[in-house]
Amino acid sequence: MIGNIIKKEFKELFLLSTLLPIVVIAIVFGSVGNMIGNVQESMKAKPVIGIVNMNGGNLSDIAMSILSENAKVVYNGSDTESGLEEVRKEDGVALLAIPENFSQNIYANHPGEIEIYWIMKGAGMLDSISSSVGEGLIQSVNQGISTNLIQQNSSIDAALVLKPTKRIDTTFFKGKEIEGLSPSQLSNMLNSQSIVIPVVIMMLIIMAGSSVISSMGLEKENKTLETLLTLPVRRSQIVIGKMVGSALVGMIMAAIYMLGFSRYMGSFQSSNINLANFGLALGVQDYVLVGISLFVALLAGLSLCIVLGTFAKNYRSGQTLIFPITALAMISMFTIMFKDFDTIPAVLRVLLFVIPFSHPMMAMRALMLDNYSLVISGIAYTAVFTVVMIAIAVRIFNSDRLLTGSVRERVSLGKLAWGFRRS
Amino acid sequence: MKAVEVKELVKDYGNFRAIKGISFEVNEGEIFGLIGPNGAGKTTALRTIATLLQITSGSITVFGYELPKEAAEVRKIISYLPEEAGAYKNLTGKDYLDFIAKFFGDGEKFQNMVQKGLEIANLGERINDKVDTYSKGMTRRLLVGRALMVNPRLAILDEPTTGLDVVNAQEVRRIINSAVEAGVAVLLSSHNMLEVELLCHRIALINDGVIIASGTAEELKNDYDARNIEEVFVKAIK
Repeated sequence: MIGNIIKKEFKELFLLSTLLPIVVIAIVFGSVGNMIGNVQESMKAKPVIGIVNMNGGNLSDIAMSILSENAKVVYNGSDTESGLEEVRKEDGVALLAIPENFSQNIYANHPGEIEIYWIMKGAGMLDSISSSVGEGLIQSVNQGISTNLIQQNSSIDAALVLKPTKRIDTTFFKGKEIEGLSPSQLSNMLNSQSIVIPVVIMMLIIMAGSSVISSMGLEKENKTLETLLTLPVRRSQIVIGKMVGSALVGMIMAAIYMLGFSRYMGSFQSSNINLANFGLALGVQDYVLVGISLFVALLAGLSLCIVLGTFAKNYRSGQTLIFPITALAMISMFTIMFKDFDTIPAVLRVLLFVIPFSHPMMAMRALMLDNYSLVISGIAYTAVFTVVMIAIAVRIFNSDRLLTGSVRERVSLGKLAWGFRRS
Repeated sequence: MKAVEVKELVKDYGNFRAIKGISFEVNEGEIFGLIGPNGAGKTTALRTIATLLQITSGSITVFGYELPKEAAEVRKIISYLPEEAGAYKNLTGKDYLDFIAKFFGDGEKFQNMVQKGLEIANLGERINDKVDTYSKGMTRRLLVGRALMVNPRLAILDEPTTGLDVVNAQEVRRIINSAVEAGVAVLLSSHNMLEVELLCHRIALINDGVIIASGTAEELKNDYDARNIEEVFVKAIK
């Protein structure tokens, strides 16, 4: 008896629609885990650096010895430009330059300066890991010199003994030379400015998308859609009306969510660095581009949701259909948070570009670094995606599929365009 | 002019042929009933005439407008009431009537339509309550009000009294008769043979996608030597 009930329950509950979301979640977590695993590997590997040592003192020798032991040194010479070129060629992290009076300065109670020329590859959270390993090298150099000074019983100021060097950072990132910031500082600063946008986009897409798909499910469940489709109103107006209405609801819901979230994020941010000092501040036209990118991505998401919504048989099945949208938004959000567009594998880069929600998530960071081509091409792609999705939606609204669940005719691009004009 | 002319209509769902070449006409100011068992093709025929489904082959004209070419014109003069349809649950009955009337006119025309809808629905103060709180009978009255308030030239009503108790069903039938007296042509479907006999001027019996007999109730009863339409139907399908 109980076996019969278990069998029935299993058949009722173990459906493709319930299984698919779990499979996608597993794939997303697997991919993130793989990405983090790769980072751990890179943390274990010795950082690739170049050294320009202009000082022959014993303290610089100690520094050289520690650096050689803990890093893979691809350049050891006296020319900064040649060193940088070599480090870049070897995909290295930084070039460390020890100036002429390094040891003498420390013995004269002044910190010994180490000029660090960082080669920054990406601004994602995981991209700055390799530079963190590089920063660890400087700590080791400090410790080594401190140990030596203590062993010598030198009369140097105790505070200086504990921290005998001073870093002078210069970061090269995407064609910009940013003085006074290390990659981790720069990454934190860029992320503090641009991390909220991906979360806003994700919430907006999920909230608005959920509204439009649920609305389609409810319309079918209550058979109000049949009435709506026989009213003297164009199919394109029904599609756009549903999109705009859902966008408004989604924006209100996302705004309420973001009120709390921005307070939460604000509690972590204490940076008082002025972006303008480093040529990273956004101008009015940049904000306009971010706004346009956000707007077209929202329309793209909603048009995709309308198409998915046509598959909804009722409210419940509509709730399941929001999952692909949530998964796409989450893939975009996590990838952009952790990695930079330029540092992810080519396949993932294509995937990220194809997902329309990615573009506003990437826009702010890209504009800070004057990468206009990525933002403008993203807007153009998303706009085309939206138009195609609306055309598909209108085409479906003109077909039997909305009521019967099947499309009699094959849908071609030409027919889509014709159907859109007609409606 | 004929209200509806259907010629050799065929409707396929993939490999399944739901309607197999039916032809019939609906005259102005008459109630034409399509009757048959569940799955006979009644709803498919009505949905196709209501511009919801594509025609596989054959032709349909509504007051001279050809489908699907002139679907937009047809939608201006028809009103469709689906079987067991609902209304938007979070709107009040009045809001729902306003929403529909706005597609058909504005100003005085809009006000008159809504007023007519309120009178037909006859829900009293409850019209200002959310549809979610209505009984099945109240919802149906609201929907019949919605369907007829827009002064359609053709009302397409799919099982207009299904699920209603005797009192509500009689009220809906009274409303339909009043609309016809005002000049509206009505095409309705039902599997309630008695109701159709009472309500319709002419009837077509449909079974398995084919019209097997048509005419007035009296003609059909005479032709099949039957006491009522139900008996006609049973004899016709044998």
